[in-house]
Amino acid sequence: MKFTLSWLKEHLDTDEPLEKLAEKLTMIGLEVESIEDKAKALAPFSIARVISAEQHPNADRLRVCMVDTGNGAAPVQVVCGAPNARAGLVSVFSPPGTFIPGKNITLGVGTIRGVESRGMLCSAAELEISEDHDGIMELPADAPIGKGYAEWAGLGDPVLEINLTPNRQDCTGVHGIARDLSAADMGKFIDPGIKPVKGEFPCPVKVTVEDATLCPGFALRLVRGVKNGPSPEWLQKRLTSIGLRPINALVDITNFMTYDRARPLHVFDAKKVTGNLTVRRAKQDESLLALDGRTYTLDPSICVIADEHGVESLAGIMGGETSGCDENTTDVLIESALWNEINIAQTGRKLGINSDARYRFERGVDPAFMVPGLELATKLVMELCGGAPSETVVVGNAFGDDRIIDFPLSEVKRLAGIEVPLVEMRRILVHLGFMVAGNGPVVKIAVPSWRTDVHGKADIVEEVVRIVGVDKVPMTPFERGDDARKPVLTTIQSRTRRAKRALAARGMVEAVTWSFISKPHAELFGGGQAELVLANPIASDLSDMRPSLLPGLVAAAQANANRGYSDVALFEVGQVFKGDKPENQFVAASGVRHGFASAKGMGRHWSGSAQADALDAKADAFAVLAAAGAPMQALQIVPGGASWLHPGRSGTIQIGPQNVLGYFGELHPRTLEALGADGPLMAFEVILDRIPEAKKKPTRAKPVLELSAFQPVSRDFAFIVDRGVKAGDIVRTAQGVDKKLITDVSVFDVYEGKGIDPDKKSVAIAVTIQPREKTLTDQEIDAVAAKIVAEVTKKTGGTLRG
Amino acid sequence: MSDLATLEKSVLDDIAAAGDEAALEAVRVAALGKKGSISALLATLGKMSPDERKTQGAAINLAKDKVTQALAARRDVLKSAALDARLASETIDVTLPLRESAAEAGRIHPLSQVFEEVNTIFADMGFAIAEGPDIETDDYNFTKLNFPEGHPAREMHDTFFFNPKEDGSRMLLRTHTSPVQVRTMLSQKPPIRVICPGRTYRIDSDATHTPQFHQVEGLVIDKGSHLGHLKWILHEFCKAFFEVDHINMRFRPSFFPFTEPSLEVDIQCRRDKGEIRFGEGEDWLEILGCGMVHPNVLRACGIDPDVYQGFAWGMGLDRIAMLKYGIADLRQLFESDVRWLNHYGFKPLDVPTLAGGLST
Repeated sequence: MKFTLSWLKEHLDTDEPLEKLAEKLTMIGLEVESIEDKAKALAPFSIARVISAEQHPNADRLRVCMVDTGNGAAPVQVVCGAPNARAGLVSVFSPPGTFIPGKNITLGVGTIRGVESRGMLCSAAELEISEDHDGIMELPADAPIGKGYAEWAGLGDPVLEINLTPNRQDCTGVHGIARDLSAADMGKFIDPGIKPVKGEFPCPVKVTVEDATLCPGFALRLVRGVKNGPSPEWLQKRLTSIGLRPINALVDITNFMTYDRARPLHVFDAKKVTGNLTVRRAKQDESLLALDGRTYTLDPSICVIADEHGVESLAGIMGGETSGCDENTTDVLIESALWNEINIAQTGRKLGINSDARYRFERGVDPAFMVPGLELATKLVMELCGGAPSETVVVGNAFGDDRIIDFPLSEVKRLAGIEVPLVEMRRILVHLGFMVAGNGPVVKIAVPSWRTDVHGKADIVEEVVRIVGVDKVPMTPFERGDDARKPVLTTIQSRTRRAKRALAARGMVEAVTWSFISKPHAELFGGGQAELVLANPIASDLSDMRPSLLPGLVAAAQANANRGYSDVALFEVGQVFKGDKPENQFVAASGVRHGFASAKGMGRHWSGSAQADALDAKADAFAVLAAAGAPMQALQIVPGGASWLHPGRSGTIQIGPQNVLGYFGELHPRTLEALGADGPLMAFEVILDRIPEAKKKPTRAKPVLELSAFQPVSRDFAFIVDRGVKAGDIVRTAQGVDKKLITDVSVFDVYEGKGIDPDKKSVAIAVTIQPREKTLTDQEIDAVAAKIVAEVTKKTGGTLRG
Repeated sequence: MSDLATLEKSVLDDIAAAGDEAALEAVRVAALGKKGSISALLATLGKMSPDERKTQGAAINLAKDKVTQALAARRDVLKSAALDARLASETIDVTLPLRESAAEAGRIHPLSQVFEEVNTIFADMGFAIAEGPDIETDDYNFTKLNFPEGHPAREMHDTFFFNPKEDGSRMLLRTHTSPVQVRTMLSQKPPIRVICPGRTYRIDSDATHTPQFHQVEGLVIDKGSHLGHLKWILHEFCKAFFEVDHINMRFRPSFFPFTEPSLEVDIQCRRDKGEIRFGEGEDWLEILGCGMVHPNVLRACGIDPDVYQGFAWGMGLDRIAMLKYGIADLRQLFESDVRWLNHYGFKPLDVPTLAGGLST
């Protein structure tokens, strides 16, 4: 919402300086977004007349104009490309050396296609006073040549722009803003009241409203014998000062009423309207050429005003071109109506029209001002254009509802924590147009018709507090209470936090990628379900909710590789979606490693360099599981993983086949190809929600530590086994020989190659035997060793390496 | 010079001349070995008269002791020299660059870090943490939060929708974390003190808006909490979060459908060449919205607004992270550029704590 200081002063008698008014506006909830002083920026631009406009000798689209810049100076030659540059036109001129804000250039003396140009005739867009760049500005013929444009146009008047919240429709007019300021002690509200204009004859046009829910009220009157033309200077300045383009007096009056009184109106050229008016739903595929020059195709969800020929206006949004008022209009129908807010919003959205009328009607205008607004407009029409008014036709209820709120005075203290005396409360509310009856403890408060946002006690508290000033509310310490201090993270939040730290501690870098990915990528990882497809994605490759973090991470790894950083280890811990129910959203931890981003050490290094491999991904997954508190002893590793992984270089981590916690391995070449990524890429995914919850312990004490008095014994064994034999089976078999004595089995060497059958491998294990009750004799140790050899060779079909 | 003296001198000379431990050993054997020269002299003692043996014995033994001592001393010298020589050959290049440790190389994303910072502060004030799904119903995201059907306030949230179901209803991506407040109020009895951090979505994309972003909201419902408490909590939070001794805050009336009265909060700051200092300067920077929970919202969640009351606030996690750590472009948070992550990210051992400092 834009307005100027002088406009505000038409409604508020105040001596307060601009800065103070602006500060107060912000502090009562009408946030001042900007204050603009055009007069300074536009000082070099002056009013000038085009004396002649001849065709440029070398360019079809250019004209060579001689321009009278006033003050007795010689005419200036200007080459101009605007289609409306013509002899006699009064416009705006800028001499060489002027900074043109709309083009961000400083003008020089130029030669355009061989003709010298000493300045420029300007469009409104070039001055940044509106977006109108259709041609050079057209000023009234009597505008003073040579005078500064900004001063003449009233641009010396500072322009304030308010970032209006959607509840305050009453402040979409300067009048309402002034009322708020008066309540906040910033001056006296000027509100002389509106005298009805007596009709001189019955309105010849009848109005039928077919659906009162779409149009709760409609008022219409005819003014006959008007003389339309450019509006007077004061009105044009009001409009241009806030970036509106004056059209003609009748149209300008409606725009003025919109900004001055938050009361959008429409004017029809009565001679172009056939018969009576009907407010109805549009018929399917009816169309209207609107005032913006565009033709809209309509449907029955849209409310229109029609005459006997068809649609003449999009109700509450925009008028039609054919029944619009121009300088030939002699009889004008003025419409002031109430529209259904939701329908206006929907229609505006559907047709893509953001008009000043829509902006107000969808927020809900003051219903009681429908007829007074029409009276005020009639008065303005008669003042500016003459004519004789008809009586007013009114259809529907034009008064709104009566809202009376029983308000306990204690409510302000209860909700806002501040004491406000009744006398102050009453002063504020009365200034805002409320009526307060009684002296408490409960008062009756009548809400003014224009405050469509006020319904209950909390709203009244807000009115009082915002005017008193929220800064007056004393800060009150908030007691945390007697509850014991305890962790506040949920299990999944705690797992998330620990998983992130564990992965970062492994040298990985945390990424945060988009929750939505492309459909093919989602499908690759088991997603793409209809319920997870966005109806209105921001881009076609961000259409589906991600079933996995990996497509995002792989894309991120590739983007880094494309920037020259290919040895990357990235991880993410975040939400993945298997369905649209809350229980189908999970938290996954995933990571990728590429190139030399190995878990054994990053990058190439003199101490040894390794390419990341599938077992790095396994180690990452295990780091997450351990950090998240998974029962590590219970985890099973099954060769082969999800379909997106290399079948021979991947594994599944599970606790029984029913509970798969995750996968790890090398990405399948087909996955890489589909994701457009260079491999090999190692990846893992763990679903944190699938980790079984640990049993709650009654105490934080750790179990008693048992230290053996006897030294452990270590024995090494090397087995020659088939290449397909799994090391995990050898380890488990060895461990199973004596679960009490054998405390650790580790694999310290795996060898394939020279000296060994090509389809065999050597796996060497170190077994730790921990005596419990006494030192073991050599015979006893040998017996355990023999049993290990026997069990492993039996289980794996291998032999002890000689 | 007697024979003994000559022999002694000769052996001592040999000891001094021995260049390594092997040569020294040969000298020892030649002198003190079974067939050594001094051993041979000692062997002659048996054939001597007692008087002769007394004088000769003492002399020979003295010579033997001298030789033994000289041998030991020479051995020490040679051993030490040998060690020096070995060590001299064992020099390594200590200037070889180290490999960066994993704990130094790894990074926590600034959003995760700030998320922990915020949790830490509010946990200390007695708040629990609540969460909810990203995919929400229209009812929880809007209707129960007092956004009437078709109200322009809904348009302030440029919402991502899913395709309508057969019954005409359609799910959406939550536009704020407020539906978590609804879920909390529906599932918990007052008093309630929670913060609700999470990912949120709006159709928007420029330098200050991304289609996904993160919020943290707070909710307090009980029988006495009012605007004064809200102001105090937010003031305490901002001081703790931005790690400054004092901060100037401005509470402005505003509008949100789900609170009444509603406020927006600015913090005073000074911007200078891309650097922001809080608690000084001329600029007011908007950082959050808040207010007393609207009676309609309480009613929609089964709470009597004449008995219970409370407040809520919401702020952009991304925004406060950017402000605190001087991140200029929101979009970079989601671009996964390792150069950016290495620069703005945090090391895994930099865990925010109140005792040790949030960021130091």
